[in-house]
Amino acid sequence: MGDEVEVRVHGMWASTYSKRVELALKIKGIPYEYVEEDLMNKSQALLEYNPIHKKVPVLVHNGKPIVESLVILEYIDEVWPDHAPRLLPRDPVDRARVRFWSGFLQNQLLESVLKLVMSSGEEQEKALDELHEKMTIMEQEMGDIIPKDISSIQSKSLGLLDIQVICTLGAYKAHEQVLGVKILDPHKHSLIYAWVNAMMDLPMIKEITPPHDNVVNFIQMIFKINPSA
Amino acid sequence: MQEIKVYGVWGSPFSRRVEIALKMKGVEYEFIEEDLENKSDELLMYNPVHKKIPVLVHNGKPVVESSLIMEYIDETWKQNALLPTDPYDRAQVRFWAKFIDDKIMASVGAALLSKGGDISKAKEEMQELLTVLESEITKNKLFGGDKVSFLDIIGLFVAYWVPIVQDILGNHVLTRDKFPGIYEWADVLLDDAFIKKNLPDKDKLIPILRSRFGVKP
Repeated sequence: MGDEVEVRVHGMWASTYSKRVELALKIKGIPYEYVEEDLMNKSQALLEYNPIHKKVPVLVHNGKPIVESLVILEYIDEVWPDHAPRLLPRDPVDRARVRFWSGFLQNQLLESVLKLVMSSGEEQEKALDELHEKMTIMEQEMGDIIPKDISSIQSKSLGLLDIQVICTLGAYKAHEQVLGVKILDPHKHSLIYAWVNAMMDLPMIKEITPPHDNVVNFIQMIFKINPSA
Repeated sequence: MQEIKVYGVWGSPFSRRVEIALKMKGVEYEFIEEDLENKSDELLMYNPVHKKIPVLVHNGKPVVESSLIMEYIDETWKQNALLPTDPYDRAQVRFWAKFIDDKIMASVGAALLSKGGDISKAKEEMQELLTVLESEITKNKLFGGDKVSFLDIIGLFVAYWVPIVQDILGNHVLTRDKFPGIYEWADVLLDDAFIKKNLPDKDKLIPILRSRFGVKP
């Protein structure tokens, strides 16, 4: 594994953060080598590339490591500006808006999803309500960032926020199956419902999406949820 | 004619970041002091999701969150660049800015300010995180080398506010003997003429923070 390979990603197939990086590279048509990490037995390379957090994903570009998925995505956008699509818009006000929502999707939406999966009973009901509140805020405040004309959605028009939403809510059906709750209701959150499903239907996204059953098994295993409960 | 407004709070490290960034670029602005117990309609309109300061409003368009505002300022006014030009170096700066804002700041809150929970564990965590930051510091230099840069401005929270808060609460995790590198960096940064001029005066800040934390004088 020398440095003849220009772009390498150290990731894990079920990691939402790792998926962001792979999606960004695929969408932009940047070839890369992928290294699947066993998080119970991390490679020496990973520990050297990310000594502080020891986490995936790591992007290694010409031998130099970049860590933290959102930092990596901005890096990718800056290093390959001519590979459409742009993950962030050009205008500074729009860029600031996208970064704001990126933070919201990371700190509020994803946090709520994680809370939901890790809790049960009354706690879980609260977590679900919280998640739905965040989704309502998104629909009320994101404005034209959420595409209204879903027929316009194509892989060459995806950006940073689309990627985050795919990686956070894309597997909602698997989550709903394991947890027995309704996460994405077309009547409650019609815009997000349409947005997520339109993106998950894209051929490029289907290609990179792990099989439903694998995701179900993973959620059950990681969070030790009894499938027959 | 450009209209630039900053909604902030005098003693807040976050609105200072924005003011310092604008001043470093020679950009004129109007500062609007917010009363956090009684937020203005404008603030609630400009930041409906989090309702927080600081907010920068440029020709009527709002930008929120201090580190995002700083990136916006750097992209809009190109003189005296705050971030490096090389994408790899920029990624390193963004990594460390997140480390300070997401990790260190949260640990400071838990270790110094919270009343409940496992304080000793929180202090241990704050110590561990500061140790990581310590390892990143180069002797007698700022993050930007010889000049104040993005990361130095972000780090002012650690350099200026944390020691003051520690003194007020009588709770010290960041100390000169344990973290000589951080203190050396802070010394250089706080000695910078421009920075000195643009930090809230300690004598005025301390009573404000005391009352915020409910500490009797």
